[in-house]
Amino acid sequence: MREINVAAITSCVRQMCMDANYHLSPDMQARLFEAAETEQSPLGRQILEKLKENLEIAAADQIPICQDTGMAVVFVEVGQEVHLTGGDVSSAIQEGVRRGYQDGYLRKSIVRDPLTRVNTGDNTPAVIHYTIVPGEQVRITVAPKGFGSENKSRLFMLVPADGVDGVKKAVLQTVREAGPNACPPMAVGVGIGGNFEKCACLAKQALLIPTDQQSEDPQIRKLEQELLAEINKTGIGPAGLGGTVTALALHVKTYPTHIAGLPVAVNICCHVNRHETMVL
Amino acid sequence: MDCRISTPFTKEKAAELHIGDMVYLTGTIYTARDAAHKRMMEAIRQGRPLPFDLHNSIIYYMGPTPARDGRPIGSAGPTTAGRMDAYAPTLLDLGETGMIGKGRRNEAVRQAVIRNGAVYFAAIGGAGALLSKAITSAEVVAYEDLGTEAVRKLTVQEFPVIVVMDSKGNDLYEIAASKYCTE
Repeated sequence: MREINVAAITSCVRQMCMDANYHLSPDMQARLFEAAETEQSPLGRQILEKLKENLEIAAADQIPICQDTGMAVVFVEVGQEVHLTGGDVSSAIQEGVRRGYQDGYLRKSIVRDPLTRVNTGDNTPAVIHYTIVPGEQVRITVAPKGFGSENKSRLFMLVPADGVDGVKKAVLQTVREAGPNACPPMAVGVGIGGNFEKCACLAKQALLIPTDQQSEDPQIRKLEQELLAEINKTGIGPAGLGGTVTALALHVKTYPTHIAGLPVAVNICCHVNRHETMVL
Repeated sequence: MDCRISTPFTKEKAAELHIGDMVYLTGTIYTARDAAHKRMMEAIRQGRPLPFDLHNSIIYYMGPTPARDGRPIGSAGPTTAGRMDAYAPTLLDLGETGMIGKGRRNEAVRQAVIRNGAVYFAAIGGAGALLSKAITSAEVVAYEDLGTEAVRKLTVQEFPVIVVMDSKGNDLYEIAASKYCTE
């Protein structure tokens, strides 16, 4: 049994909220830079160059890449040999978000109640997903998610007869409807299988996969490649103003499902696909 | 075409712009997003004064991050304009001539744009750090309790935007993708 004081978790979460908002992960940044070279539209290339410049300014001035610094999504994998001490772990995570958003000059975008809509003033609460895993470590990922793209995400309860073509149709339809609203070029996370809520979570987790990592399952790898190619044929392009780069990355995560169902979730993210991970 | 425009944004200036034009705005613009629009609509309904004069005004759909010391504003990119579609026609009819945001607008907004000779501009979504450099001052002028959603008066210097809906109602989003579509 290893003891970890939750104060260490607060400190990590605070730091990751800030880092994620000032810097893109190197893999995501590399895809954006590559796109600025390959984009066929002159206006599209100009926009991608501006986005590159935006990243440089954000890093140099410690100013958020995007003013929508998101709702903080926190994935916590707790080793079952770990004993968390010093207080309630969820409160410690929320405190980390509170301090990160305050100390990092990040936007407070959360309202207490979805209907009465009064801002909480500190960007809490975050959405926290816990998993218990073997081992004696705690692995925390902070993924601040903007809502321009979150609003364009969709969940489809397909039927088995829809098959892989139905999955493709659902993804393409979601991307087309998102269009310029989701600040393309996008990152696309696709969940297939599980049930209603599991599928949505898979799609969110698919956005965390490094852009250069491919699925180990040949069938899924092929699906990822085909979907990305088809999305980039839509012509939506950077900022939705036409071009050959509409998505920078697409990943699929699957889970066993019921004999009667084929759930598909599509989580759209803009190019500011932010996430930071720390292991305690 | 690249052009430079100063505020106030008159209908004469609006009439000269076409979809695809890259415009560098200099002067005064105002921020308002969902919550501020809702309050302005309530003020209009109740006959109360608005936070600023709508005549020849440009509204930027934006809620910034807090400013660090010595800076006028934090990250300051556009939010999705479609969420303001319910309110925009009323404000256009009352004299607003320019909107800055990102994403598609509905038919009611397009008709209001045509009726009033207004323009809808897109700023580059996700480029908030870069866009903040073109803002030289920011002052909350109303609804301070809304935090980031308060109405701010911004002074901008060569603020870069693209005309996506011109005063004739042409919509760049409708035609842009077809040029590069290879499906």
